[in-house]
Amino acid sequence: MFYLDKKALQDTPNNKPAGKGFNWTGEFAKRQKQAKYPALKHYYAQGVISADTPIAEAPLVALDFETTGLNPKTDSIVSIGLVAMTVKRIRCQEAQHWIIKPDTELKTKSVVIHGITHSDVADAPSFNRVLDELLQHLQGKVVVAHHKDIEVRFLNSALKHYIGEEIVFPCIDTMALEARFSRTIKRTFLRSLLGQKTPSIRLTDCRSRYRLPYYRQHNALTDALACAELLQAQIASHYPDDNAPISAIWS
Amino acid sequence: MATEQVEVTDFLQRHKPFSDLAASELSHVASRVEIAYYKAGSPILTFGQDNTHWFVIRSGAVEVFRRDGELYNRLGEGNFFGELALMRNRPVRFPVVALEDTLVYLIDADTFNNLFDNDEQFADFVEVEDRSRLRESSPDKKDNNALLTVKVEKLIEQLPLILPPHTSVQDAALRMTEEGVSSLLISNEHVSDDASSDDEPVIGIVTDVDIRSRLVAHGLDLSTPVTDIMTTQLTIVQSNQYVFEAMMLMLKHKVTHLPVLRKSKPIGLISHQDILRYESQNSLFVVKSIFNAQNVDELAALKDEVQTCFSRMVDEDANSQMIGSAMAVIGRSFKQRLLELAEEEFGPPPIPYCFLALGSMARDEQLIVTDQDNALVLDNRFEPKLHDGYFNDLANFVCDGLDRCGYTYCKGGIMATNKKWRQPLKVWEQYFTQWIDKPTPETLLHSAIFFDLDGVWGKKVWADTLNRLIRKKAFKNSRFLACMARNALLRTPPLGFFKDFVMETDGRQTNSINMKRRGTAPIADLIRVHALSVGAEGRNSFSRLNGVIDAKILPPGRGVDLRDALEFIAMVRIRHQAFDLEMKRVPDNDIEPEYLSDFERKNLRDAFQILSDAQKYMKYRYQPGRHL
Repeated sequence: MFYLDKKALQDTPNNKPAGKGFNWTGEFAKRQKQAKYPALKHYYAQGVISADTPIAEAPLVALDFETTGLNPKTDSIVSIGLVAMTVKRIRCQEAQHWIIKPDTELKTKSVVIHGITHSDVADAPSFNRVLDELLQHLQGKVVVAHHKDIEVRFLNSALKHYIGEEIVFPCIDTMALEARFSRTIKRTFLRSLLGQKTPSIRLTDCRSRYRLPYYRQHNALTDALACAELLQAQIASHYPDDNAPISAIWS
Repeated sequence: MATEQVEVTDFLQRHKPFSDLAASELSHVASRVEIAYYKAGSPILTFGQDNTHWFVIRSGAVEVFRRDGELYNRLGEGNFFGELALMRNRPVRFPVVALEDTLVYLIDADTFNNLFDNDEQFADFVEVEDRSRLRESSPDKKDNNALLTVKVEKLIEQLPLILPPHTSVQDAALRMTEEGVSSLLISNEHVSDDASSDDEPVIGIVTDVDIRSRLVAHGLDLSTPVTDIMTTQLTIVQSNQYVFEAMMLMLKHKVTHLPVLRKSKPIGLISHQDILRYESQNSLFVVKSIFNAQNVDELAALKDEVQTCFSRMVDEDANSQMIGSAMAVIGRSFKQRLLELAEEEFGPPPIPYCFLALGSMARDEQLIVTDQDNALVLDNRFEPKLHDGYFNDLANFVCDGLDRCGYTYCKGGIMATNKKWRQPLKVWEQYFTQWIDKPTPETLLHSAIFFDLDGVWGKKVWADTLNRLIRKKAFKNSRFLACMARNALLRTPPLGFFKDFVMETDGRQTNSINMKRRGTAPIADLIRVHALSVGAEGRNSFSRLNGVIDAKILPPGRGVDLRDALEFIAMVRIRHQAFDLEMKRVPDNDIEPEYLSDFERKNLRDAFQILSDAQKYMKYRYQPGRHL
């Protein structure tokens, strides 16, 4: 994933439905009827876990994209990494990594970051060629991402481009969780009065707070794994009893 | 579909045993890894749970505990745990708790077993690590019960203080104080440069106690040369021996300091205090308690301590030699203390005698289920009417006492209470001469046990006399050896070994097997025959086997195979007894294959095959009349 500058973080719009009390089951049923693209229809047909499922039992999938830039309107996805997990176990055996031929120009500036070059993408499939399989990996699971808006917006931009439809799903955002935890613990307001810096919620900084090892960044699969481990650590630290419902952390 | 995780692969690649895997194997393993995060203080494995994975620590640290809650080990990044439960297919015995926030990679049982079965290097590393790793790097030594797995050299903190012979005691004391040591070595090397200086560079040792008891107490002058108060009968330990063995040496020779040699060069001096630092509550403690016991009741009360010590050593993954010799030392101590008590009770002996240990105790291969095999060698001036009353009482006192301490009476009557085995030295010499010079399988049938003899009390030199006689007479004595070999073939390993039954050579199936009768005993018998044929010294099967290997009478490689087979069978037997103890059952030697792991079954099959082949070879080698 990309590092966002401060402005980008503040500017991110709220992805619509959200909310803890949101009726995802009803939303999926409705969308299943509306959806036209068969794989998307099938995705909704698999439904969503109920809101009171304990976090410990919820099937999850950590997801990360590398993109050609920061703007979903002018940039596009160059790689997708995902790994299936629960907060107890991450299963590397159920991981996937695709290099995607981007729909827009692969800018040198981004190549420096994610290291995926023009020759790497020359023979890579375009997004629509992996879409069905991607949806299969996501179905029945709650998506986990660090700063989910990037993943959601780029995914929808690509879906719109290829199938003319968008997708909605419940998502756990490890960055938002970290902001929440650090707010409740540290009182940002007081800190700002005292001139202290807000704790960083960048993926690497969050990880080091939980003593997770340093991983090289900007490989979509590694970042998905890094995000998955971060969620395990966050839940182990802030939801030590196994009974908290998934609705407490998804949106 | 699986995709390789770069970070996982990179991490594994940096750590043994994964770093030795082929790239394809490594990425296969990496792709199957599962990952879990444990907050500091949370349990990772709990006692008695089934374990389905092998755990490799990616970051953080964990603590491994004994069942009683005592800390057993600390592990950090790149270390692993959980393999014991996987290899033995048993529930978890050592609970594991995260000491720090910890990220672990989990490798499933199939993948682990696959590597373990097919990659010898991998298996070796895991097994060896299991025994010797991190305990050494564990931060606080008091939690460290590494006596059994740590080599002597680890105890050495500085080079020994070595002084030339003419040094005065005062100068020596000054140097000892400066260097903060309690002992020093005297060496000739500094003064003599001639060719003979190669032999025995160390000529003596002086300790604090020597200065007190040999100098001050006698009012000698401070300028007395150190050579006047040094001990010249040096008991020496090699740097690669186990700390445990050093402890045994100290106990056996009643010394408090041991020079440590590496390739005959002194590299350190260790004291009993160095060892005590590593020691908490095992065999040394038991031995001390034995000698502190004031009567037979108090001795009998130590039975549980012995079992605890045994279980502890098994838990610590001591090998069969360490356990066998520790148990033998304990058994010997019981005998010695009982004899001391007997002499208090009946007064000093009218004539000198030597109390013999026979069989497994003499071979340093004693376990927890054992009967007493002993005998008395009396002075040649023995006159039954005058003396036998005393020795009969003494023998009964000791044998009854041993029975109460857990060493049951010998069913074959091989005990000092039996008049036949309570005889003067000259009669014993006749016995052995008769057995060796006029052998018949019948007379030798029950006497094989006498060929493993060790003096435990009194005139121990008589035991040496008898051992020398045996070595001399048996050497290349084909007729005698043929009879011994014939008897050694009476007990055979089973033909096959299956999931829930044992296949006998006659096709019969049984569902349990006596590991002593069918395993360790026939191997010990076989090794004894070979050892006698080459005149090898030593009574322990492993050291005998080394002598046999050196004599090159076995086909290449067979000796080493045999050693591994003996070790494996002995350990299965030992672990079985420890497990019985843990389950509060009376330990025995009968093993039901259905309770063994696939790993153990597979290796037992191999071990029995090696024994069977070795027996065939013995049969061939010691045919009657064949020239050796």
